[in-house]
Amino acid sequence: MIASGTLARFQDDFAQALLATDAAASPALAAVKAQPAFAIYRNTVMKGCIDALQANYPAVTRLVGDEWLRAAAAVYARDALPARPMLLEYGADFADFLAQFNPAAELPYLPGVARLDRFWTEAHAAASEDTLAPAAVTPLASGNFFRARLQPHAATRWAWFADAPIYTIWSRNRSDAVFDGDIEWQPEGALLTRPGDSVQWCALDRAGCVFLDTCAAGGTLADAAQAALAVQPDADLGRLMARLLEAGVFSRLDPNT
Amino acid sequence: MTHFPDAGLGLKPRHYDAALACSTAGLWFEVHPENYMVAGGPRLAWLEAIRGRHPVSLHGVALSLAADAEPDAAHLKRLVELARRVEPVLISEHLAWSTWRGAYHPDLLPFPRTTQALVRISDNVSRTQDALQRRIAVENPSHYLKLDGHEWSETEFLQELAHRTGCGLLLDVNNVYVSACNMGYSAEDYLDAFPAEPVMEIHLAGHAPDPNLGEALLVDSHDAPVAAEVWVLYERLIRRIGARPTLIERDDNLPEFGVLLAERDRAANILRDPLAEAA
Repeated sequence: MIASGTLARFQDDFAQALLATDAAASPALAAVKAQPAFAIYRNTVMKGCIDALQANYPAVTRLVGDEWLRAAAAVYARDALPARPMLLEYGADFADFLAQFNPAAELPYLPGVARLDRFWTEAHAAASEDTLAPAAVTPLASGNFFRARLQPHAATRWAWFADAPIYTIWSRNRSDAVFDGDIEWQPEGALLTRPGDSVQWCALDRAGCVFLDTCAAGGTLADAAQAALAVQPDADLGRLMARLLEAGVFSRLDPNT
Repeated sequence: MTHFPDAGLGLKPRHYDAALACSTAGLWFEVHPENYMVAGGPRLAWLEAIRGRHPVSLHGVALSLAADAEPDAAHLKRLVELARRVEPVLISEHLAWSTWRGAYHPDLLPFPRTTQALVRISDNVSRTQDALQRRIAVENPSHYLKLDGHEWSETEFLQELAHRTGCGLLLDVNNVYVSACNMGYSAEDYLDAFPAEPVMEIHLAGHAPDPNLGEALLVDSHDAPVAAEVWVLYERLIRRIGARPTLIERDDNLPEFGVLLAERDRAANILRDPLAEAA
């Protein structure tokens, strides 16, 4: 329950004044806003939001520089304060914001990179559960095998980027390391997992992304294999399965239902 | 001094390994619970590892006790769950508001200390203590603004809050110094008027002059060592009220772990023998 008394009115006025860009404010707060110290609160609130976005989007920051990122973050924050106080979560739709943000129009790969930064955070904070060991799959006889369902681990994230080599751009900018060499402009997929509590990543082809989409939607291994071959007829499914299991992509195997 | 943890440190991720390895007697650590409200993964694993070696205190910034609204039920539930997992030695919050009408403002915002506010905040503290099934400590914030409409001094307000709810208090000596400079009152008088019995914890931190206004406005920046003036106030306080668990807070411009540990040792020495340090 929110009260409608004096304290509530003060908080409505104060919260509005924190984000107002001009001198307009409730007359009741004019004497407060006129004090130079009011800027401390405005600055602290904005700095808290901007610092959080910068921390949550390190590869985007490295690509555009601190100054650009912080200016963009200020625009984002003024429209969308955190809905919850866990600032690790803040900016969940920053990729969508960047896709609509005019100054970013010349950097069409930026939203994709932001999406992978976000995947990293989600993988980092996801629930802890065991990953499915490769050995758990082998005992299945071939008949049962295709009726089984594989459940992706809570920390597993993947995406296919049809327009740009997002994975290469992101992975080269996720650390301070310097990479030489040109980037081949081609579609790419990315896979993030968290085996043993540390987030790992690798490239994933179109077949792999579609395979995981189908598993996540509750499809059987037969469904997943069919979908993967439909988009990439030459896909090596045996090798794909081995790679996914090795990366700790799954948490559970349901033999059949 | 009993075996209760004496002087502790705010814990930052950069110092996890050093903190884990440290075997200083009486050392404890404090974290913001909001940073550990995750479903799983390495953050919780780190905190549990630290908790396995040292006492941990949860110092919340988001319950928004001074908002004219009940604490967010989902947030309170997350705090209860984290407390169950970590079994903290102490849980504290602020005499301030931050979440309002569904938006979190990452700051500790001021309000007029009216009787209406006292009734609301008492209710919010009681709800929090009921949910946690334990006493919490409420901290005095830093002040920068002159607000109209105060009906209570802060020390009387906190004393009455403790009386009505049974809560403890967290006395931040740096906040007292910063506020006294900014608002033009005596830090000594404030500390002398602060109710001694409910103090469960003391905070010490560094401050900085405002980049635009200079020394006329001090900011509770937590980015510098504890100031000499604050150490003097602290020693004077401990001589009056006796030893209380004391924490060095540092959030920005982080030095090596050993530098913070030396500051913490200085507080521990004062707690053990306040008269010796004063001589």
